[in-house]
Amino acid sequence: MANTRDDIKFLSNPNIGQKRKKYCRFRKFGIKYIDYKDPDFLLQFVNEQGKILPRRITGNSLKYQRKVATAVKRARHLAMMPYVSDLLK
Amino acid sequence: MSDSMKNYEVTFIVDPVLSGDEIKATAQTYVDLLKNEHCNIVNVDEMGLKQLAYTINKRQSGVYYCIEFESSNGEFMGNLDLSLRRDERIMRFLTVALDKYGVKYNDDKRKGLIGKKKHEGRKHETEQVRERETRQTPRPPAPKPAPPAASVVTPPVVETETKLEDE
Repeated sequence: MANTRDDIKFLSNPNIGQKRKKYCRFRKFGIKYIDYKDPDFLLQFVNEQGKILPRRITGNSLKYQRKVATAVKRARHLAMMPYVSDLLK
Repeated sequence: MSDSMKNYEVTFIVDPVLSGDEIKATAQTYVDLLKNEHCNIVNVDEMGLKQLAYTINKRQSGVYYCIEFESSNGEFMGNLDLSLRRDERIMRFLTVALDKYGVKYNDDKRKGLIGKKKHEGRKHETEQVRERETRQTPRPPAPKPAPPAASVVTPPVVETETKLEDE
C-alpha cells in the first residue's frame, strides 16, 4: 500500500516493526488429531524446561490447546517427553 | 465396522533387558488377552527400542508397543489393566479411547499418507507438502509472496533516485 507509492521513500523497510498475526495452526491446516506418540511434534508446544506453552504464545484455539495439553501429558506418562528438564531444545 | 464398536489403543513399554523372543511373547500375551475378551485387533505396532525421557525402574530405554483394537464395550478394561499392572515385564502402559479422527489418523499413518511425524491425513497431497514446509519453518509461507513482488517493482526506482541524489 504505502510502499507502492512512488513519491514516498523509506530508508528502512516499514514492514519490519509490524506484528505478525497469530493463528491456530490446527485450524489453518485442518489437523484434527494430535498424536501423543509423536514427541518431535509436541516439542513445539513446550518450552525448554518441558512446560506447556500458553495459548498466548502458541496462538492455538482453545479446543486444540486442550488437545495439545492432553497429548503432552500422555507423552510424559509414556516417557516420550520429560516431566522436568533443562535445555530441552 | 459397526456403529457400536469403539476403537481403543493401548501403548506399553516392555523391559528391554529381556531377550527378543521374550519381548515378542509379552506383546503376544496381550494380543491374545484382547482376543479372548472379544476384541478385534486392528493393528499391532512395534515401535521398537527407544530412549526414555526419564528413568523408569532404573532403565534408560524401553521397547514400545502399540495395539489398536475395537470392542463393543469396555469390559476388557478390567482384565487388561490388572494383568498389565501385575506384569513385571511391563514398565509403563496407557490405554486410550480413540475418537473418529484418531482412527482416521492411525489408518492414514499405516497407509503412509502421513510423513514421519506429520499429522491428520488430508486428501490433497499438495496441502500436505505445504504443511510439511510450514512445520520446518514456523512462519507461514502465504504472506511472504506479496511483499517480494512489491519490492521487486520498487528497487529500480529507488536506485535511480539515489543516483540522481548523489549526482
